[in-house]
Parts: sequence; structure tokens; C-alpha cells
Amino acid sequence: MRPLTDEETKIFFEKLSKYIGENIKLLLDRPDGSYCFRLHRDRVFYVREDMMKHAGNVSRKNLISFGSCFGRFSKGGKFKLHITALDFLAPYAKFKVWVKPSAEQQFVYGHHVMKSGLGRITENTPQYQGVVVYNMNDLPLGFGVAAKSTQECRHTDPMTLVAFHQADIGEFIRNEDALV
Amino acid sequence: MGRKRDPTNLVKSGPGRKTKKQKPPQIPNALKNANTEDDDSEKKLSSRQKTRVKKRIQKKEEKMEIKKKKKEEKLQQKTKKESQKPGKFARAPVVSKKRKVEESEEESDDDEEDEEDSDEEETKPVKGYSDENKAWLKPSSKQPLMDSDESDDGESDGVAGDDFDDVGLSDDEEEDEDDSEESGDEDLLPVEKEAKKLEKKREKNKKLAEAELQTNIMDMEKYTLPSGQEVEKEDILCFIDNYPRIKEVMHVLADFKERREPGRSRQDYVRQLRSDFCTYYSYNDFLMEKIMSLFPLEIQEFLEANEVPRPVTIRTNTLKTRRRDLAQALINRGVNLDPIGKWSKVGLIVFDTQVPLGATPEYLAGHYILQGGSSFLPVMALAPQENERILDMASAPGGKTTYIAALMKNTGTIFANDANADRAKAIVGNTHRMGITNTIVCHHDGRVFPKIMKGFDRVLLDAPCSGTGVISKDEEVKMNKDERDILRCAHLQKELLLSAIDCCDAKSKTGGYIVYSTCSVLSEENEGVIEYALKKRNVKLVPTGLDFGREGFVNFQQNRYHPHMKLTRRFYPHTHNMDGFFVAKLKKFSNKIPGTGNTSADGEAEDESSEVTDKKSSEKNTKQTKNVKNSTDSDSDDEEEKGKSSKKDKSKNKWLEKKSNKKKFKPGQFKKFKSAEKSKK
Repeated sequence: MRPLTDEETKIFFEKLSKYIGENIKLLLDRPDGSYCFRLHRDRVFYVREDMMKHAGNVSRKNLISFGSCFGRFSKGGKFKLHITALDFLAPYAKFKVWVKPSAEQQFVYGHHVMKSGLGRITENTPQYQGVVVYNMNDLPLGFGVAAKSTQECRHTDPMTLVAFHQADIGEFIRNEDALV
Repeated sequence: MGRKRDPTNLVKSGPGRKTKKQKPPQIPNALKNANTEDDDSEKKLSSRQKTRVKKRIQKKEEKMEIKKKKKEEKLQQKTKKESQKPGKFARAPVVSKKRKVEESEEESDDDEEDEEDSDEEETKPVKGYSDENKAWLKPSSKQPLMDSDESDDGESDGVAGDDFDDVGLSDDEEEDEDDSEESGDEDLLPVEKEAKKLEKKREKNKKLAEAELQTNIMDMEKYTLPSGQEVEKEDILCFIDNYPRIKEVMHVLADFKERREPGRSRQDYVRQLRSDFCTYYSYNDFLMEKIMSLFPLEIQEFLEANEVPRPVTIRTNTLKTRRRDLAQALINRGVNLDPIGKWSKVGLIVFDTQVPLGATPEYLAGHYILQGGSSFLPVMALAPQENERILDMASAPGGKTTYIAALMKNTGTIFANDANADRAKAIVGNTHRMGITNTIVCHHDGRVFPKIMKGFDRVLLDAPCSGTGVISKDEEVKMNKDERDILRCAHLQKELLLSAIDCCDAKSKTGGYIVYSTCSVLSEENEGVIEYALKKRNVKLVPTGLDFGREGFVNFQQNRYHPHMKLTRRFYPHTHNMDGFFVAKLKKFSNKIPGTGNTSADGEAEDESSEVTDKKSSEKNTKQTKNVKNSTDSDSDDEEEKGKSSKKDKSKNKWLEKKSNKKKFKPGQFKKFKSAEKSKK
């Protein structure tokens, strides 16, 4: 377990800001204690500082997880967000996509969002913007990338993709081993 | 589109609804007869008719004479029969069988029975037909109303054929008439008469049933226990069908003094019962003996409860939703549920569901977790407070851990430990899904946790166990557990509990509590372990805070446990409809370890190991001395000892080995080594 290097921080924050913009600083300056990001086995964990110190007692080999995992650095040096970060992305998300109940199941099974399943979308969403996907009851289902801007979405036919799938809550049971 | 009906030229298809006429009312036969009877009696008879009537009366009288004789004979026979009856019944073994026999008898000689009826209840006071009747006895010209059984009776009587000119009047009809006249209600409707007859029949049946019951009880008293050889023979023939025998033996054992067969001891019965239970429910003999000693009275309820699954229960994640909202959301998805009970505000019990409960969007979003009702209990007993540091020592798959976190509202720190790294992954999944951020997941052997970290405010130990409380979940337990498994489990549990106690901090302002729970019902794994901890550490039992469940055993067989053991709680599948469970809450009142006066981390760990397994420590000591003596051979020696130790204790030895390794390279000892080597050289 160690703090992130400058370069890692840059890559990580860049990725994160695609979804929550400048709200990152809300994650770090919290009224209920100081929180920090820590790297452990290529994973980035978001954890309260006193908890981080406690976790330091456990040897690296035996420590599996602490706080919540945001994602991992690939061997190529890129950062990949995990579904476990959803709890922190959803409240601060700048651009959102709502899917209809009929398409909800499809998305949770790992499919992209089609125009026919699109319930609502935030105004002025640019193309390739990171979005958080909700169902119509405002339950966050996952996140992805807008394939079309809001304007384009209006005029496309029902079968075109409007949002690419990146992670969904179905992974909690589909992909339990690779969560962390 | 389509054709439209043109209302202007409708063709009438029939006479119409209103033109239909009601049929004239059908007068029931009884009323008809009543009317005609009066008329007939007033009509004058022709001469031929008169002669016929005369003849008829004559014949009837003759018949009556014959009947009277018959009846008397029958009465005599019957009295004889009744005197024989009890003996006959005593021989028949089972109630149902006898009933059948009785019924068949009834069917075979129905008419006889009927006559017997009338004999018993009606004719006794009058003693058959007398000549007094002759004056007013008249043949009625009624049609037979109740044709079904009466006509049968008529046929079987065989005399009915004589009076061909009669207007369908059969003997039985007459009889009926006579009966009613005797009882002084001539003006009763035939239906009523029939009802009366039925009533009488029922009464008779009741009496018979009572008699049967009586004879049955007598019969039970005489139930003979089959000998061992007989049982074997029977078992070979049909080993499944020993349920009746179980019933019988249970019945005898319920009131042994009265119902026993003289000369057979209680042990004979119990042994037979045990072997029958073993085959019927497919347990092994060892486990059945244990269970029977645990549940001397309610053994069968327990075994039956193990055959049916417990209800599915879910726990609301209060960090993300409320129970009412969750229930509403699930009901909308077609799930039928109810609150689990008064004792929990977060539990829901699921009766049936149209969707897979483990894959609804609500589940994936972490609004609830599938968790047995019994798993709530240890956490409720632990009663975690906010901002505490808590250890869950054997936590996979994280059901209880997430409950603790929810109760702490995501504050403080939880260490979720599990010895198995693969199972620990499930904890990660569950904690992240439920949005829990205060948990550190690690995989250590619980027995060495005090060396990693101490000073926890509360410790929960849901120890690995034999699983005798969750047989309905895992049937294999029935067959694959034996004495050694139980002892091994108990030994591991003792070690884990001691290390859990060592992890806890007695000086904690809010806590200092340890909760020990298992999903086993055996006392070796529960009270025995607690008793051991009470002796070895400065802990005392405190109330669990659970207001239901059975008290733990204070006396069990030859064991006499601490009197406070009644503060622990036991839960059974047959009484609480949840998995068999045991919960005990301990309060640590001093960090000192009795017998040592040593509270330092290292010393404690060493002491603990020496206390837990004296034998092992002695082995270790010998190893050390060996090491010192001939350091060159030490490696091979180690190998040998590894081989000697059983496979099951391998993990443990690994730790001991490590310890000894550490010892080897301690500065002082290292010097010793060196010096020893030097001296050798």
C-alpha cells in the first residue's frame, strides 16, 4: 500500500473527471474526516485516513481490500474504473442517462444502451462524455460513455447505440472474482 | 369493419324468453302419498280386494312369527359374539387395519347390521312384535321412498318376492313403520325417519370406535419389541417401512412404566428407536446418538424439521433504503413477503417469488442481502456502536459483517477476516455492493490474529463448526460427521475463541465484548468451548440481549457447566423455524491472562499456544533443544516431524514452524547456534 505517484494521480484524476468533473475535490475535502487514495496491488482504494493506518498493520500479502476500490491500473499504465466506484460517481455525476424498464435488464447484463431503451438524457451531453446510467426510479445501474450527443440522439433511429457500456451492477454477481 | 347487424329486419329465432312457461310444480312423492293415503282408506274395497287383504294380513302374521324367531336367535348369537369381541380385537395390531376390517364386515352383512341396529336400540324394551300390534297394524300403500339401500335389503331378505300383489311394499318398509310407531311418532316424514336411523347408526359407530380405542390402548400396552434377529430380517425385507415401529416405540417410551413389555429394558427400546431413526432419516449412528441426547423429548420434531428447508429471509440494507420502501419495490416485482417478526426491524421473510431474488436490480444495487434469520442474532447480540473498532474473525461471505457496518452507519472500522482467501472475495463483493466503506478485508488464520492487531472494542466469532444446526441446508452432515470431526471442530473453536478474547480490549470505554456463535447444536462445540474460555481467560458471561431462544445447558449429561451458562441462547429449527444456532456473549474484564501475569503481546501469544496445546509446545521445546544440540541435522529433523504430524494440523504446524523459525533467528539464539556450531567444529 502506497500513495499514488504524480503520474498515476494525473491519469487517475483525468479518468475520474470524465464522469464527475471538478467534483473530485468534494471527494477529498469531506466534512466527516480526511480521505485519501491509496494504491495496493495496482488497485486504487479510497479510504479514510485513520482506517488506512489500521490497514497498514496487515501484511501486503494478506490484505485484500480496504475502504472502497475505485479501479485498477492496467499493465499499460491506463486506469480502468470498476463498478465498485459507482457509489461515489453517482451522486456527483454531471451527465446522466436514464434507461427504460424494458432496457434495464439488458444493460445490467452487459449490453450497450440503444435509442429504443433510452428514457431520458441530460441536456447538452457531448459525444464521448462519461455518463452514469440510471433506471427510471433513479437507481444507478452503472456507467458508460455517450455514443451520441444529446442533439444527435433526437434524430437517430431506434436501433442506434446512444451509450456504450463500461460497467454495470450486474458485475457484482457476474464477475465477483475480478471485482478487486 | 365486419358485418353489422341490421336492427330493422331482425328475424325471431324462437318464441322468446318471456313466452316460456314454467312447468307445473313437481310434488314430492311423500306429499303425494300423504294425500292418496287418506283417500284410499276412505274408499270401499271390492270383495276380491277384501279377500286379498285378509290373505295379506295372514301372511304377514306368519312372516312376523318367523322373523321374531330369527331375531331372538340373532340376539342370542350377538350376545355371544360380544362376549368374545374384546379378545378378537386385542389381536389386531394397528388401528387403521382394524378399521378396515370392521368396515368390510359392515359392508358384507349390511342388512344384518341394520337389523342388529334396530334390535339393540329399539326392540329391546318391547321385545319384538307382539300380538298387541295386530289390532292396529295395517299395511300401508306407500311407494318405497328410500330406494337405494332399502331395496337392497329387500332383495337380500328373500321373502319380499312372496307378496307380488303388494303395491311395492317390502318387509323393511314395514319394519321402519313399526319402528317409528313403537317410538310413538307415526306422523314423521320418511326423511325424518331416515335421519333418525342414521343418527342411531352413527351413535353405534361411535360406541364401536370407542371400544376400538379402548382395545387399542390395551393393544399398545402389549406392544412387543422385536428381537434383534427379527429386526434384521424385517430390515432385509423392507428397510424403509419402519415408521410404524418408530411410532410404537415412541409411544412405549412416553410412559415407560405402564407400557413396557416386562423383561425388556429401556435401553433396548432406545437402541431400537435409534437404529430405526438412523435408517428412516438416514443419519449415522454417532450423530443420532448425540441428537437424541440433546432432544430426548422432541427428537422427532427436530428430525422432521431438518427435512424441510427454512424460509427464505432477506435483510434490508439500512444504509441505502428503508424496509418499507424495499418491501414495496419487491412486491411490485411479484414477491410475496412479510416482516420477519417483532425481534428484527430489518428482516423480511419471503413466501414466494416470481423473480430470482438474487438478481433483481434492487439486490444488485445493494438494497438487501439474502441472509438466514439466525444470522441476525449474533450481530444483534454484539450490538456494535458507532465509531468502534470491531473484528469479525470468520466473516465470509460477509453477511454479518455488512449488518455490523449497517448498524455502525459506516463509521469506525471493521476488520473482516477469513482464513480462506477465496471465500474472502465474497466479502469484498458484498461490502462493495452494499456500499460499505469502513471495512478492511484480510485473510489470516484467526488463531494468530492477536499478533497482528489487538485492542478491538468488540469481537464477533462465528466459528467454523460441524453444521449440525443447518442439516436442512446441507444433508451431507447427517452421514459424514463422526466423533473425531466434532472434537477437531471443538478444538479449533477453542483456539479461535481464545485468540478472539485476546484481540479484544478489556479497557475499551464502550465495549470489551466478545460474541461467540456457531450453527451447531452440539454442546461440545458450544457450552464446552465457552466453559473452556471461562477457565482460561478473564471473561464472564453476560446476557445476549436476545429475548427469545432457549437457555444454554448448565447440566448436560455428565458435564456440569458454569451456572451462568443459562445466559447463552440456543435456537432450534423446530421451535424457532430458523437454523439451529448458538449465541453467547462474553465480557472481558481484564487484559491479564490468568496464570501468567504477562500482558505483553509476544508473551501472550506464546503463553496462549502453550496453553492451547501443551503437547505441541512441549514438542516445540524438544525441537528447539534438538536444534541447539545438533544444528546440522535440524532441517532433516524438521522434515521428519512434519511427516509425523497429521495432515489436518498442518496449517497449525506451519504456524508453529514459523514461530520456531523466528526463534531460530532471534539474536540470542542465533549466537547460540553459532557457538554450538563453532564448538562442534
